[in-house]
Amino acid sequence: MRGWKPAPHVLLLLPAFIVLAAVVIVPLLLSLYSSFTPFRLTRPDSIYTFIGFRNYERLFSDWDFWVAFGRTVLLLTFALNLEMVLGLILALLVEKATRGQRILRTIMMFPMMFSPILVGFQFKFMFNDNIGVVNNALQSLGLTDQAIPWLIDGRLAFISILTAEIWSSTAVFAIFILAGLMAMPREPLEAAKVDGCTPWQSFRYVTWPFVMPFAYIAMTIRSLDIARAYDIVKIMTDGGPAGRTEILWTLIARTAYSDARMGLANAMSYIAILLSILFTVIFFRQLAKARQQIGAEW
Amino acid sequence: MATVSLNNLVKKYGNLEVVHSINLDVADREFIALVGPSGCGKSTSLRMIAGLEDITGGKIRIGDRVVNDLPPRQRNISMVFQSYALYPHMSVAENMGFSLKIAGRPQSEIDAAVAEAARTLSLEELLERRPSQLSGGQRQRVAMGRAIVRKPDVFLFDEPLSNLDAKLRMQMRTEIKKLHAQVQSTVIYVTHDQVEAMTLSDRIVIMRDGHIEQVGTPEEVFQRPATRFVAGFIGSPTMNLREAEIADGKMVFANGDALPIPPQFRDKVSAGGKVVFGIRPDDVFPAGHGIHSGDATDVHTVDVPVSITEPLGNETLVFAEFAGDDWIARMLNPKALHPGDRVDLSFDLSQAHLFSADTEKTLRS
Repeated sequence: MRGWKPAPHVLLLLPAFIVLAAVVIVPLLLSLYSSFTPFRLTRPDSIYTFIGFRNYERLFSDWDFWVAFGRTVLLLTFALNLEMVLGLILALLVEKATRGQRILRTIMMFPMMFSPILVGFQFKFMFNDNIGVVNNALQSLGLTDQAIPWLIDGRLAFISILTAEIWSSTAVFAIFILAGLMAMPREPLEAAKVDGCTPWQSFRYVTWPFVMPFAYIAMTIRSLDIARAYDIVKIMTDGGPAGRTEILWTLIARTAYSDARMGLANAMSYIAILLSILFTVIFFRQLAKARQQIGAEW
Repeated sequence: MATVSLNNLVKKYGNLEVVHSINLDVADREFIALVGPSGCGKSTSLRMIAGLEDITGGKIRIGDRVVNDLPPRQRNISMVFQSYALYPHMSVAENMGFSLKIAGRPQSEIDAAVAEAARTLSLEELLERRPSQLSGGQRQRVAMGRAIVRKPDVFLFDEPLSNLDAKLRMQMRTEIKKLHAQVQSTVIYVTHDQVEAMTLSDRIVIMRDGHIEQVGTPEEVFQRPATRFVAGFIGSPTMNLREAEIADGKMVFANGDALPIPPQFRDKVSAGGKVVFGIRPDDVFPAGHGIHSGDATDVHTVDVPVSITEPLGNETLVFAEFAGDDWIARMLNPKALHPGDRVDLSFDLSQAHLFSADTEKTLRS
């Protein structure tokens, strides 16, 4: 070994590389490899059987998988759009407050302080068809005399999950958009007024382009969040009844741990990750474009 | 027709009154400058005319309409802001055409109007750029372009040149003057820079603490300042202003030094009266190094020591001690003077001003 002396920068970076390799790269490669095997947790030997793309081929014709995939995309689309609209409204309202704005901002963040598991339990109780407050309220108001099966009917269960998701995370959008509104210079808005804009036109042509990059940051964060959504759904419906609210990660977790088919589950994960990457790329592109548009210096 | 008239205009923030019942009539196509130190209410008044601030009391008329309750968009005005206030996400052309787009004009008309404004302001090369890609002077020109594209009744300028460096400011000053000659609109121009106000405007409104001190042409406010404040505010270097008491037909300063009473004020003062004597540095000069405009008998000369000098090349500002204080004198055809040297300092009293020490108003009738 005498005479071999790595350059200082290699030496300094080596620990980081070793740690990264141990906790990220090796597991990643291992899971990628296992997606090419019929690996079952109950039969450890099966990890040595290489079956090529058979898992992937099978997934491509697996209707349940694609339904879960589509449902995840649907959840993502609805949740992101609704959260953005609601977050925007919330931010605009809070920004208007001249007094107590700090308290409002803090209150606005309360839902984010709860664990998604607890949010799941809370909404599961609220949407319960027998004892839930939602049905109770609807019946007391005389809007219905039936016990609406919120968590049993597939479509209603989707709406219930969406509601829980939106309740817990709209604040992310509100906070980012509020930050944008507060960083926004006043003068272009005044110029717009003088230029003849109605309040709506001022918003449409001046305010919105300015806060758009902030909304895109929130969107990127939330799209990753929802693409890996698991806990709220697991608690509220566990993908059921009969797979009617199954989303990607509840399906993957079931395949991996209940059915013990780790190889197949890993193949699903890799497809799911592609989805996340896709959304991230889209939003980052939009963000870059929007930033360039407003000539942002950050 | 676009006259602007302010009638007993008042602005209050809570209990704090910042504009105290001001009156002003601006003629059609007039270039009028509101000038005064920070916090004098000039920008607030302008923003009330624009409709960006509520009016607490009084009336604003543009043309023959009372606009008090009209939103800015219905007042047919344009405004150029100190910070330019361009729309960062729009190109130069879009910025300039925005008001027409909002008004729903056809694209061909917008393009034509933008092209014309761009030609007037030499912005043709920059139409596709974004504001972030422009220099300060260019941004200012775009802001002006945006204002002229609308062909408004009234242009409002809110300290448009304050963010530019000195050289660019002079250039843009000339451009604004040319622009006004071309577009022939009424202009109300707010500035704290008296040079801008003097060079650009037909009339100047000097404001202080929410009051109007004087309205007049640049010559009037310079030559016949109505108050002590105007005298001190207009002119550079500032006017020498000293308190004195009338005694034995002279003005006696605090330390006992005295000057004759300026001839034009002799019958305006009486013994024991307290006055403020004002004389511009142009009218105080080392003997033989200045120009007196009136009768030579009105020039009074005293022998005084020099404190410091500020040579400017073609002239030198001399600070000379008289009546216990330094007076600024302007020396033409300067010769070298050193602190401690003695000079014969001439006061051209025919050009001097006297103000009442109580009311601070001019004693000139």
